[in-house]
Amino acid sequence: MGMEKVDKIINSDYELGFEVDIEEEKAPPGLSEDTIRFISAKKNEPQWMLDLRLKAYHAWLKMEEPRWAKVTYPPIDYQSISYWAAPKKALESLEEVDPEILRAYEKLGIPLEEQKALAGVAVDAVFDSVSVKTTFVEELNKLGIIFCSISEAIRDYPDLVKKYMFSVVPMTDNFFAALNSAVFSDGTFVYIPKGVKCPMELSTYFRINAQNTGQFERTLIIADEGSYVSYNEGCSAPSRDENQLHAAVVELIAHKDAHINYSTIQNWYPGDAEGRGGIYNFVTKRGLCEGENSKITWTQVETGSVITWKYPSCILKGDNSVGEFYSVAITRLAQQADTGTKMIHIGKNTKSVIISKGISAQKGQNSYRGLVKMHESATGAKNYSECDSLLIGDRCGAHTFPYLESKCESAQIEHEATTSKISEEQLFYLRQRGIKEEDAVSMIVHGFCKDVLSKLPMEFAVEAKALLDLTLEGSVG
Amino acid sequence: MSTMMKIKDLHAQIGDKQILKGIDLELLKGKVHAIMGPNGAGKSTLSKAIVGHPDVEVTKGTIVYKDKDITDWEPEERALEGIFMAFQHPVEIPGVNNAYFLRTALNAKRKHLGLPPLNAAEFLRLLKEKIKELGMREEMIHRSLNEGFSGGEKKLNEILQMEILEPDFVILDEIDSGLDIDALKKVSEAINKMRTPDRTFMIITHYRKILDYIEPDFVHVLKNGKVLKTGGIEIVDALEKEGYKIFEEV
Ligand SMILES: Nc1ncnc2c1ncn2[C@@H]1O[C@H](COP(=O)(O)OP(=O)(O)O)[C@@H](O)[C@H]1O
Ligand SMILES: [Mg+2]
Repeated sequence: MGMEKVDKIINSDYELGFEVDIEEEKAPPGLSEDTIRFISAKKNEPQWMLDLRLKAYHAWLKMEEPRWAKVTYPPIDYQSISYWAAPKKALESLEEVDPEILRAYEKLGIPLEEQKALAGVAVDAVFDSVSVKTTFVEELNKLGIIFCSISEAIRDYPDLVKKYMFSVVPMTDNFFAALNSAVFSDGTFVYIPKGVKCPMELSTYFRINAQNTGQFERTLIIADEGSYVSYNEGCSAPSRDENQLHAAVVELIAHKDAHINYSTIQNWYPGDAEGRGGIYNFVTKRGLCEGENSKITWTQVETGSVITWKYPSCILKGDNSVGEFYSVAITRLAQQADTGTKMIHIGKNTKSVIISKGISAQKGQNSYRGLVKMHESATGAKNYSECDSLLIGDRCGAHTFPYLESKCESAQIEHEATTSKISEEQLFYLRQRGIKEEDAVSMIVHGFCKDVLSKLPMEFAVEAKALLDLTLEGSVG
Repeated sequence: MSTMMKIKDLHAQIGDKQILKGIDLELLKGKVHAIMGPNGAGKSTLSKAIVGHPDVEVTKGTIVYKDKDITDWEPEERALEGIFMAFQHPVEIPGVNNAYFLRTALNAKRKHLGLPPLNAAEFLRLLKEKIKELGMREEMIHRSLNEGFSGGEKKLNEILQMEILEPDFVILDEIDSGLDIDALKKVSEAINKMRTPDRTFMIITHYRKILDYIEPDFVHVLKNGKVLKTGGIEIVDALEKEGYKIFEEV
């Protein structure tokens, strides 16, 4: 028997072994080469992708989980996690959905048909995600824009994927990025050709399809010369996903004169008041401003996860390129967030802006961690950072860890940080004018976040505001 | 003459410090009541008790407003029923747009009265008219609430809110301190214009000047947490000459 045949039998055996469990829609827990072969086979991937996954896996085996962040959590048993789950079965009707989730959807003003899609209920013809997707894709195709799942891209656009995947976040960049590289389930691929301004927010499509993207997403966005795209990740509907570990990777590449706007609203399940349950969110997001005058803007509103470890970053390689980071992170219950950004200035006259707003309530712990690095070549570079913390109550905490490294004399770095408390006097002032206490809190918090919320695309901003209110409901006192 | 508010044997403390020690006061509909008294007499504490500030704990006595006992009401309920206080020290709220805040407050009140909300355009028209009358700079309504306002601008902003919200019972806690003479005239004019048979004012002040412009119907002297004396404007003359000691109980 030739080796090929042996391989095949072994593989099919494993497939069979897994198949039984797939009826329960999950691979058995554990991570091995076989798990990775299985995932790759399930997705009909070409050999080269499997090889890359295996390479990442072997690198990961030699790596250690980082523990420098200001978060504490028990050790993660990587062998107890299931690394592949079939798309969840559609529910028959909204009646099968957790009423608490529906209540939240309502408060967020999400239309009924979208609620169904979000909750995983089969959608009817009016709002069939497939037909919506088709209309979108047709319009985008005319412009040469590629907008598809990363699995499709691996099959249909191998040259682009080979060229760009791992080019910004190398597979061995860090422990969680390596893990993602080995087992990533799915995600999004976007390519905007030269000179094309993407005519719509790439969001609605994603939102409808969001429920099945799984815990190891991988996103790759390429904006070719002179192009523009605004991409909105996630949605403001509460996600009750019980998965323990979420390790995503996002890579952005902006060529000469291109601009990528990447907005995120993240609200994974935050766990309970004692920190039980909830998602561990370890995400690597990085953008490369490859060409001259390119620009990457990260805007995020983070309300979820029990542990967040996330630093959307920009490598400013092209001369005159610009990196921006606008963030609102809320921690309440027993949530811990260690989040911030890295701005790496390499090109001449590169500019970066960091505006970070941390809100802590109840027992929430919020840390900003940011690096601004000026390489020797970054003459005339400028950075402005502003990190503000707002405390609600006195059991929570806010921490700021700015790291500044400059090897360039002509580069300017400016850093400001403030910590304030919602004061009794502010609340009382608003209440004395007839504004209800919870509305008063919301007004103060929105005011605090204004500089960031104003950077979100309009529709997204409305949702973000509603989400802030929903998140803070009952958090006061 | 009908009663707007009746305060009976009011005792209140801040922390465990007893500050109001049995206040009896009747405030009449359509009248202007001036409250005077030395620093630390309890004037601001009395105002806070009336508007329901959480720092002030009423330990005895009642506040009856429009025939309802409001002693235990939430601050916003009192506000919606028409009680307004111009703060001695208005607080700054960063990022909250002044005009947006005012519209929210007005629409909360209109909702309470069963009226439809004003849209942004309608509201802006109203607002612009008022700020012109008050001689405020227009850009102030687009700034964050009280943030970076001068002392005088903060006071004007309080008056602006009073005009927009049209309350029935107005407390002005040292509205005159920190105002230059022109601003004081503007503020007094605004208050006089709002004097109607249905509205009551309680003006706390140390100075005679504002009372020359506004001419109160009654003057009450507060000291050590009690009302020492009630009378007309002649009390102010006596105070000017002799100081508060003339009203000391012997
Ligand atoms: N927050 C507070 N904590 C403790 N004592 C206070 C507080 N506010 C006021 N006081 C005290 O209460 C007394 C009355 O104060 P206040 O009502 O402000 O007087 P007035 O306005 O007449 O000058 C003063 O002795 C003052 O020190
Ligand atoms: Mg006072």
